[in-house]
Amino acid sequence: MAPVTSFPLHPGVLDPRQREMAATRDGFGRGVVEAGERDARVVVLCADLAESTRSAWFRDRFPDRYIEVGVAEQNLAAVASGMAAEGLIPFITSYAAFSPGRNWEQIRTTIALNDQPVKVCGMHAGVSVGPDGATHQALEDIAIMRVIPNMTVVAPADAEEARKATAAAAAHPTPVYLRFAREKTPIVTLPETPFTIGKAYVVWEADGEHPVVLASTGTMLFIALEAAKALEASGVAVRVLHIPTVKPLDTATILDATRGARGVVSLEEHQVAGGLGSALAELFVQHQLLPMRFVGVQDRFGQSGKPDELFQEYHLTPRDVIEAVQALLAE
Amino acid sequence: MPYLTDGQRLRLERIAAEVRILLIEMLVAAGSGHTAGPLGMADIFTAFYFHILRHNPKDPLWEDRDRLILSNGHIVPVRYAAMALAGYFSREEALTLRQFGSRMQGHPERTVLPAVETTSGPLGEGLSQAAGMALAARIQGKRHRIYCITSDGEHDAGNTWEAVMFAGKYRLSNLTAIMDRNNIQINGMTEDVMPLEPLREKYEAFNWHVLEIDGHNMEEIVAAVEHAKAIYEKPTMIIAHTIPGRGVPEIEFDYRWHGKPPSREEAERFLRQLRTLADVVEAPQHE
Ligand SMILES: Cc1ncc(C[n+]2csc(CCOP(=O)(O)OP(=O)(O)O)c2C)c(N)n1
Ligand SMILES: [Mg+2]
Repeated sequence: MAPVTSFPLHPGVLDPRQREMAATRDGFGRGVVEAGERDARVVVLCADLAESTRSAWFRDRFPDRYIEVGVAEQNLAAVASGMAAEGLIPFITSYAAFSPGRNWEQIRTTIALNDQPVKVCGMHAGVSVGPDGATHQALEDIAIMRVIPNMTVVAPADAEEARKATAAAAAHPTPVYLRFAREKTPIVTLPETPFTIGKAYVVWEADGEHPVVLASTGTMLFIALEAAKALEASGVAVRVLHIPTVKPLDTATILDATRGARGVVSLEEHQVAGGLGSALAELFVQHQLLPMRFVGVQDRFGQSGKPDELFQEYHLTPRDVIEAVQALLAE
Repeated sequence: MPYLTDGQRLRLERIAAEVRILLIEMLVAAGSGHTAGPLGMADIFTAFYFHILRHNPKDPLWEDRDRLILSNGHIVPVRYAAMALAGYFSREEALTLRQFGSRMQGHPERTVLPAVETTSGPLGEGLSQAAGMALAARIQGKRHRIYCITSDGEHDAGNTWEAVMFAGKYRLSNLTAIMDRNNIQINGMTEDVMPLEPLREKYEAFNWHVLEIDGHNMEEIVAAVEHAKAIYEKPTMIIAHTIPGRGVPEIEFDYRWHGKPPSREEAERFLRQLRTLADVVEAPQHE
């Protein structure tokens, strides 16, 4: 068991008694207020979801820089583009199913092609939304944002990293898509843990040679670490690679961390098609052929249920990661 | 001449009270979901399932049935409650709302429960689908009617107005829409979040026939729907003025009840209030 010193982990990762939980959307709420304090150009646009997106936290602090557009996500995106054209730094907030789900073309044309540095903040991503069901569980957002040129795509691992990513996005020159979740998940990182948009991090180093690499994005990092602990206990060498920025990929770090590996298992609370696993496969077939397995949603829609029931149903648990690793090793 | 006999009206009012009771039981069992909108629409859903619709709960996909499209899918618990009492499925099944494996999905899904006609939840899409159905019915010479329930909040969405324009263009007289004009959405009162008025004039300008009713008055609900059938040249919008949370005085008009369910203690209080209300409604003299 070897966490990496350059990426300090929260003690709760190893010790359940010290575990702290928070939703990544809460990290957004804090991060966007910090960004607003640092830079008066930061504005937040809301589409009738102030509390659940946490944009209310910004509204309460900066009422004059908070804009309510109503239930109108297409207008939300294009109005933000106009505000960015006049020099502001707009963060647009809704559920990922609607933004970027409904307003994809407005984002593509008026934000990405038009090169306006709007920050698209998609909340309630993944099946962990729970009882609201399939319509509200965005599982395609990484894919549809990743294919747009000029768009940066970031899925933070926990609330702390979400805070950093939000603040960093404000200072980032390109349009950014930030992905957040509704439910509380374990805090994995600390305030001093590094985060830079565009960087990937080895967070768990194998004892043995030719490890299996678990490459995760978003809150699946905790699942990857749980699986890594169990795998190492059973004598399998694993390395955990944390890839919060799905686009652009940190190819140098990723190729370094996977060179000589037995194989790679990707983890994401997202469709397997078009997400992180796809992005990695695109990279590996060009540079170093590696066997892969994909832990993610296998071409299905979500449904109502409790988050843990849905994680079982959609095969997103540490058990599923271990099985994927075993399948790789059996090749 | 009234459209309902006293007996019919009393029967509907009594069923609406039962719909509200089942709805609260469902929400508390689910532990999540929406309270205000569904309570406010209990009378209209009751009128539809127990008087207006040509439908057959034992044969939900009967070809000639009237179509009832729910655009603002988050209020579906009240639809499930009315459907359960109408015989589409059991009360017990209604009480599995939002649970894993249930047909009572948090937002309605056609592939899971075909009788809901379409999948909704993302706002602003229902009226377009209803307009498409109405046009298709006309092209195919079908006589069934298309009803679309929509909310005031989803009139923020451009998609809604695209549908309004389309239905006006094609003079979809077999389409009747009912707007839940309860004046609330998530962030507050509609006129604060995004002013919608004048709604009547907007619809009229888009070539719709417009009626305004008290959405808790059974006679007015039924009369408006009947009246719409006689409008041959236009689709009809019935603006139903409703009270969010209707039936539970302590939460009526309060937008903060948009998206949360009652706790167990609250539910017990709500149910007492609703049962008192139900008792006030006399038993029908004749069916
Ligand atoms: C496209 C879309 N954007 C946002 C939401 C989130 N949402 C659900 S209900 C709602 C408020 C809509 O107002 P209304 O339908 O009038 O609500 P009610 O009267 O039932 O409180 C919002 C914004 C959604 N379901 N769909
Ligand atoms: Mg409303």
